[in-house]
Amino acid sequence: MIETRGLRKSFRSRAGRETKTVEAVRGVDLDVPAGEIFGFLGPNGAGKTTTLRMLATLIEPDGGQATIAGADLLKDPGEVRRRIGYVAQGGSTWDESTGREELVLQARMYGIRKTEAQRRAARALEAFQLVEFADRKCKTYSGGQRRRVEIALGIIHEPKIVFLDEPTTGLDPQSRAHMWDEIRRLRADGMTVFITTHYLDEADALCDRIAIMDHGEVVAEGTPADLKREISGDVVQVGLDVTATGEAEKLLDGEEYVNRLELLDEGGLRLFVDEGATAIPRILRRVDAAGLDLRSIELHRPSLDDVFLTKTGRSLRES
Amino acid sequence: MKLARDTWLIFQRQLHLLLRNPVWVFVGVFQPVMYLLLFAPLLKPALGAATQAEAYKIFVPGLLVLLAIFGGLFQGFGLIAELRAGVIERSRVTPVSRLALLLGRSLRDVVSLMTQAVIITLLALLFDLRVFIGDLLLAYLMLALIALMTSAVSYGVALKVKSEDALAPLMNTVAQPVLLLSGILLPLAFAPGWLQGVAKWNPFSWAVDGTRALFNGDIGDDRVWQGLSIIAVLAAAGVYWAARQFARSVR
Repeated sequence: MIETRGLRKSFRSRAGRETKTVEAVRGVDLDVPAGEIFGFLGPNGAGKTTTLRMLATLIEPDGGQATIAGADLLKDPGEVRRRIGYVAQGGSTWDESTGREELVLQARMYGIRKTEAQRRAARALEAFQLVEFADRKCKTYSGGQRRRVEIALGIIHEPKIVFLDEPTTGLDPQSRAHMWDEIRRLRADGMTVFITTHYLDEADALCDRIAIMDHGEVVAEGTPADLKREISGDVVQVGLDVTATGEAEKLLDGEEYVNRLELLDEGGLRLFVDEGATAIPRILRRVDAAGLDLRSIELHRPSLDDVFLTKTGRSLRES
Repeated sequence: MKLARDTWLIFQRQLHLLLRNPVWVFVGVFQPVMYLLLFAPLLKPALGAATQAEAYKIFVPGLLVLLAIFGGLFQGFGLIAELRAGVIERSRVTPVSRLALLLGRSLRDVVSLMTQAVIITLLALLFDLRVFIGDLLLAYLMLALIALMTSAVSYGVALKVKSEDALAPLMNTVAQPVLLLSGILLPLAFAPGWLQGVAKWNPFSWAVDGTRALFNGDIGDDRVWQGLSIIAVLAAAGVYWAARQFARSVR
């Protein structure tokens, strides 16, 4: 549904007298099959919004190729526009208009006739549970309601693919869960959904496949499960008193089955091991032999944050 | 065909939003009426006009051109608000005509200016202004072209600078010399030679001259076709340039 090869974009920025060229996106290859929720992850400034805006025809790529829903992005952006929907991060509704007016206008901007546009608006309002507010001005809507109108605007012309730029940023947990359901419903209707996010739990829960972007390049791509499997097996978390932690670190740091080791602030260790099941008995024996008091021991599968850390060298939370 | 349909769509939407907030009619008319009531009476002795009606014949066309210039130049502010709300970006990802995005908005501005112009003209009639309807319609055409140009330019600049803080001083800087060099408030006939020379390079001074000739009933006056042609060419250029700003992909 989306296929890109070597997509590039750089911007010139001026600081004082010097002109600097910033390579925002330096050669992105993506393959997104139809009917998936595809997650695009990365810290701020990684180039994910630039990539998204190129795919949505809002900025022209400097180089590379892309085919979106069967249309060539560089040769025929007009046709791409007809086939895609795009929901921007910062909102797209006008305070003084009503939700219904916005939906009808949007459908008509896609060339849909007036009566059909009205019919579609009514249907969208129902599908997104907005009937109650349909004829109130957008400025009276809550954040979640407004976001639902915006998603409805993005798909009013029944595109094959919809791009959602950080669809849940700024929503409260309940609206966020609600939005996840809406996004899954789009997939159930046969749409391909391309979302950017910087919430790892969101990518994990929602996306069929993800790509991680850093410094303008895709550094990892796959299903969340594959990506997690790819990195250093399992994580064993050992709970210890703060006083015993230092000694345990010395004991375990040299062990050949421990790939990496982190100290926990509240006391204890995180051990990255290949195989949790065989590592745990060996850890227990060492700790017991040294006479240290063990409070807890837990086996974790690695999280996407661990994937992120491995691929980019930093945690997404700190970036 | 698509252009006409899309333009009509955008025009309807913009007009609808404007009518929802009718305060603009009052605001738009209040200031010119103040000029008409409080400034125009000074003109009869100042211009040495024989009657009050004579003075209005000189002043009202200038006032209407002034309205068209300023009404247009400051429309960009509304567009910046729309940019910020994401409405423009939302339009840009649809296949809607880029020229229509501009024309729909600018034509709304022309219609709102025309409403003001009609109100001002009707009020001036109370002060014994008399003008032939044919001449008046041609003068309105001139005003419409001016408003089309200034509003298009204002939208184009707004898309480039993207901030009210930059747009306000920029527009004021343009508007002030344009105003002073067009003989709007007082005819340039009083000006020293060098000032008249400079004013010749101001297209709006031609527009004001043409409009005054029309209010004076001199439809055959060269200044009429000259003013109309200059403004028509500039309006076309302004629309072309601004539509390109709508089409250009920006970050």
